[in-house]
Amino acid sequence: MIDFIARRLVAIIPVLAVVAVFVFLMLRLTPGDPAAVIAGDNATSEQIDLIRAKLGLDLPIWQQFFIWISDILRGNFGESFFFKKTVTELISQRLEPTLALSVCTLIVAVTTAVPLGVIAAYRHGSLLDRFVMGFSVMGFSLPTFVIGYCLIYVFAIDLGWLPVQGYTRIAADFGGFIEHMILPSITLGIIYVALIARITRASVLEVLNEDYIRTARAKGLSNRVVLMRHALRNAAVPILTVIGIGIALLIGGAVVTETVYGLPGLGRLTVEAVLSRDFPTIQAVILMFSVVYVVINLLIDISYTLFDPRIRY
Amino acid sequence: MTAIIEEAVDSAAIASASSKRKPLWQLAIRNPAVIFGGAILLIMVAIAVLAPFLGTVDPTRIDPAARNKKPGTEITYRLDNGTSFKHEAYMGTDTLGRDVYSRVLYGTRVSLIVGISVAVLALAFGLVIGMVSGYIRWLDGIIMRIMDGLMAIPGILLAIALVSIWRAGLITVIFAIVVPEVPRVVRLVRSIVLTVREEPYVEGAISVGTPTWTLMFRHILPNTIAPLIVQGTFTAAAAIITEAILSFLGIGIPPETPSWGNIMSEGRTLFRIFPHNILYPGIFLALAVLAINVMGDGLRDTLDPKMSKKV
Repeated sequence: MIDFIARRLVAIIPVLAVVAVFVFLMLRLTPGDPAAVIAGDNATSEQIDLIRAKLGLDLPIWQQFFIWISDILRGNFGESFFFKKTVTELISQRLEPTLALSVCTLIVAVTTAVPLGVIAAYRHGSLLDRFVMGFSVMGFSLPTFVIGYCLIYVFAIDLGWLPVQGYTRIAADFGGFIEHMILPSITLGIIYVALIARITRASVLEVLNEDYIRTARAKGLSNRVVLMRHALRNAAVPILTVIGIGIALLIGGAVVTETVYGLPGLGRLTVEAVLSRDFPTIQAVILMFSVVYVVINLLIDISYTLFDPRIRY
Repeated sequence: MTAIIEEAVDSAAIASASSKRKPLWQLAIRNPAVIFGGAILLIMVAIAVLAPFLGTVDPTRIDPAARNKKPGTEITYRLDNGTSFKHEAYMGTDTLGRDVYSRVLYGTRVSLIVGISVAVLALAFGLVIGMVSGYIRWLDGIIMRIMDGLMAIPGILLAIALVSIWRAGLITVIFAIVVPEVPRVVRLVRSIVLTVREEPYVEGAISVGTPTWTLMFRHILPNTIAPLIVQGTFTAAAAIITEAILSFLGIGIPPETPSWGNIMSEGRTLFRIFPHNILYPGIFLALAVLAINVMGDGLRDTLDPKMSKKV
């Protein structure tokens, strides 16, 4: 097991290396002087010279890469000249809304999608099954921001049940926090529900044909026990895999959802950084999200053994 | 002698494939999902081509007197030569007094161009890279590591990053969306190449000394067509959504060009009072993507039954 984890950890190194090289080259491939680009439009020439010296821009490009990567490995992402803060500071300030949104979305999506998928598989071919499948195609097709504005219009403006936009910190007012999270997490959750429900249905459907399911039924176990303990547990691996892959959708969707609902999170920060061409921030956000995505998928890989003892490494 | 064996190998391969292939296409055309999706798409294409003749006015025409009108308002446009004409704004006007109906109809062009070009480009790049990767062993490791790295960056973020480097424009937006899609196609093509290589008819063809190029084009390439068509439809749908997202965030197609994402982006500030700026382009966007996805599902069920069982 430890051997497996070690091997997997080694395997993500080349992946992250490619990401790092890409993010590094991103800035060097922009037309113009990288120091001037980093400093932004309002920088003085002293500031630009300072950056040039710090990045070692007159050194060969591979040395520049090592200067850059060793800074990042020490947690120093440089300075955002647009926001006039260090990037690390900027990110830590914007972390909470995004983290909260992701966790709420995951909870909403998994608790809705898995039961839907299981029931659809159990009642294969029924009206409910068709509804779930139809919903799943719709979920893939409706763009996040269209769903978001529809929900805002109905629940916040027309019915007035929930706040339209904005964010309340958890520490400040928990009730207000929940109120502000309901619509965003449903909005972002829909595409995720579509994805997970579809896979759950397909993998449970496959498992339901297995001999041990027939045996379990023959033993006289109730449908619920058969579905939950025997079918769902054996179908868990593909479901977990798709939840992991879906993290990419979640991150991309967070950028849009935060814009629609005015949440001051990392997604919004990314857009603000691109609009102001604040490259140190863009680089840091992309690196961070990619590392999170890779690490979550690594953890999911490792967790397979917990759900399916047949898998041994 | 070689020719005879090759032909025998060929005809065996064709017999197993082509006995299904022709009816397969007919099946695909008869599939209700393909018909439904295809019909909506054809209407969209017609709208895009015929936009100037569908009762539209110039979509970029700014008219301060006609700002923020609700759908169904009649507007009088004054032309430079002194004459004026009446125009009913079916979908209202935006904050600059531009006709939303005209903008939405013209916006169909951008979305379809982006969807089709991204699908074609991603398939073309992916096909070439995937074939090379599946066929040339020593390049395989390097190519796949790069693809893994690209796939580790969430797609929309990668597109956002590329747009931020290249600055906004139709061409840059298309390429920014192509890059994150290529690795998926590469993986698909590579896996097909690796499977097909082991097939007896390919081994047969190799054993009679078929040149590599012939092998790739005549024996391996045809196997990739059906899965690639299916993949292409999903790529096109994803590309249309991504373009709308980029434009909605204000970092996609330049605001002068009417695109669904741009219209919605401009409608954001006054959404509470004038939801029509977001509603109508949103409906068109959802309908276009839904049509392509439904068609893709139908195509997958008929062209690629192995895959449809998996998902």
